[in-house]
Amino acid sequence: MEQNHVAHTDHFDPVASKLGMWLFIFTEILLFGGLFIVYSVYRFKHPVEFHLAAEELNVTIGLINTIILLISSMTVAMSITALQLGNKKLTMILLAVTLVLALVFLVNKYFEWGAKIHHDIYPGSEFLMSLSKGDMLFFGLYFFMTGLHAIHIIVGMVLLAVVFVKVRNGSVNQGRVSLLENGGLYWHLVDLIWIFLFPLFYLIH
Amino acid sequence: MTGNTSTQRMPSYLEYQGKYTGIRAWILSTDHKRIALLYLYSQLFFFLAGLVMGLFMKLELIAPGRQIMGPATYNALFTVHGLTMIFLFIIPGLAASFGNFMIPIMIGAKDVAFPKLNLFSWYLFVFGAVIVLLGIFTGDGPPDTGWTFYAPYSLKTNTNVVLTVFGAFVLGFSSILTGLNFIVTIHRMRAPGMGFFRMPLFIWSLYGTAWIQLLATPVVGITFLMVVADRVLHIGFFDPAQGGDPVLYQHLFWIYSHPAVYIMILPAMGAITEIITTFSHRTVFGYKAIAMSSLAIAFVGYLVWGHHMFTSGMSETARLVFSFLTFLVAIPSAIKVFNWTATMYKGSISLEPPFWWAMAFIFIFMIGGLTGLVLGSVSTDVHVHDTMFVVAHFHYIVFGGAGIAFFAALHYWYPKMFGKMYNKKVANRALLLLFIGFNVLYMPMFFLGFMGMPRRYYDYLPQFANLNLLSTIGSWILATALIIIIVNLLRAKKGTPEEMDDPWGGRTLEWKIQSPPSLENFEEIPVIDHEPYELIEK
Repeated sequence: MEQNHVAHTDHFDPVASKLGMWLFIFTEILLFGGLFIVYSVYRFKHPVEFHLAAEELNVTIGLINTIILLISSMTVAMSITALQLGNKKLTMILLAVTLVLALVFLVNKYFEWGAKIHHDIYPGSEFLMSLSKGDMLFFGLYFFMTGLHAIHIIVGMVLLAVVFVKVRNGSVNQGRVSLLENGGLYWHLVDLIWIFLFPLFYLIH
Repeated sequence: MTGNTSTQRMPSYLEYQGKYTGIRAWILSTDHKRIALLYLYSQLFFFLAGLVMGLFMKLELIAPGRQIMGPATYNALFTVHGLTMIFLFIIPGLAASFGNFMIPIMIGAKDVAFPKLNLFSWYLFVFGAVIVLLGIFTGDGPPDTGWTFYAPYSLKTNTNVVLTVFGAFVLGFSSILTGLNFIVTIHRMRAPGMGFFRMPLFIWSLYGTAWIQLLATPVVGITFLMVVADRVLHIGFFDPAQGGDPVLYQHLFWIYSHPAVYIMILPAMGAITEIITTFSHRTVFGYKAIAMSSLAIAFVGYLVWGHHMFTSGMSETARLVFSFLTFLVAIPSAIKVFNWTATMYKGSISLEPPFWWAMAFIFIFMIGGLTGLVLGSVSTDVHVHDTMFVVAHFHYIVFGGAGIAFFAALHYWYPKMFGKMYNKKVANRALLLLFIGFNVLYMPMFFLGFMGMPRRYYDYLPQFANLNLLSTIGSWILATALIIIIVNLLRAKKGTPEEMDDPWGGRTLEWKIQSPPSLENFEEIPVIDHEPYELIEK
């Protein structure tokens, strides 16, 4: 065993850190899983209202954001390969591109939410309260789930930014890629959740 | 085995001088043993706080009518009592304290897989506890919803639900990270030769527990966030006025909170297995059956949440299925109890205090388990639902089961953790007193519940007076016994290294090293070449 005779503060096990990240991803999936259950129950109860409310959403912005996230998942995966091949500069460029794409996603989200709020559609608004129960639930779920997803985007950005700094100062390098790999795994998760959110909210009509 | 055979003693983890001194040497330490003690002390603190609240509740119930508090105060008190005992004492439970201390030692490692994450989990625990306390002492008064936060009342009450629920969310996050850390530790840190089927059974139980922590807690986490969103943003997930479904809240809540009972009880069963095996001085009977029953309980425990909702509005089929699955859990639980008794059979039993604690556990747990069948069967549950019967059953399982096992583990590992031995005679007598007090306190509640006394009221009809008086007297006996037990532990005396290293003749790895253990646990990682609980010449 490699850890023999090594002070336990220096202990480093890339398999363990990856296993830990996968377990954490399970918990994230279950976190959103609870919301998907709630979504299914209320859509089953109010199919017509959900159908009509979904038509209010802007499919174009949703589609653009989907493409942005898919590309960012690709760039983060490429950055891992780049670091494994020892190309530090390319790694940093690809990570920076990922971060910029994430930012563009959030800006789009800001305009999308802004338009809704401008039309007086937000949780607790007078207009929304005057609509049917199915509408209230649809938009409640829409804001809560995309909002929680946006928080995950921000967390992922912070994580990737930390990795970026560590790649630059060399503590994440060709021999020690696991932090970058874990950041990438987390980013794929954020992407994956969006892949489910997009059809559930934008494409059901 | 090539364990710690050198006679040279290292400074213990209690004496070890790192780069920090004073309190910082503790709250900045990533040593799993110091973190375990941080958990232990915080948990005991909250346990005593919850105990005081329980005593006040029993005092209010000493006679019919208003005694020392009105209905609103009583509602707040049983809510905060439940929150404190459940989220701050028994859910971290044996895993956070004894698990943290023992996992690395019992599998032959120097620490957990992620020591910094381990410390961070404790910070989150303290942070969550502070938020819960803020929720209790600020705003428009402590929550009065019961620890279950059932909607729609939790959305309508003016009390400070938002902060408390958010605190519970943070505590859940701490629990998730602890579970994650333990799973990775058990997978990656076992000493050479320590296969999965050579691990002590306490580790197996913690392994099952860790998976429940990991896979069940996020569901309640998101549910609590939805309650916060309902109250702050008026989304209406669970508010019928906005189309929400309160019964859906109950489903989501119990999807976590039933498995949470197994988070409490599984490590307890694991510790009892260790104690019975050690004091029977023979190998455990049915090693694989006990190991697998831990996983079976963890798995089946996911599928039984509906039995909390037999009267909430569910289809007949759903109720029958949940009832059937509930009975299934009895099988792995019984496997454990039968294997414990079989382990004692023809053993050379030494009647030390931890063994008596284990006996008390089995007796009380049996009553708790059998009355659980009354609640698991739909027809009888409808009769006793929301009565004192449920309160009695719950306390027999959670306090009489998990809580007593917590103190059993404390008495068992105390010499190992501190290098000190308490007065055994006092320990035995205090346990007897506790056992009497416990049964006098909770046994009458079974009868009260069967007679129809509902739970969660500060007042009751005159015909329930005698049994309630008896129960209140029991609470005083119980509290006295607990004080004696804690004072006895605090007054424990330092023993010589020979006495303390292995006072019970244990066969697991923690008894092969010095007491208290050194910072690194093992100066040299041991190589395991024997079966679990096999007797090894030292």
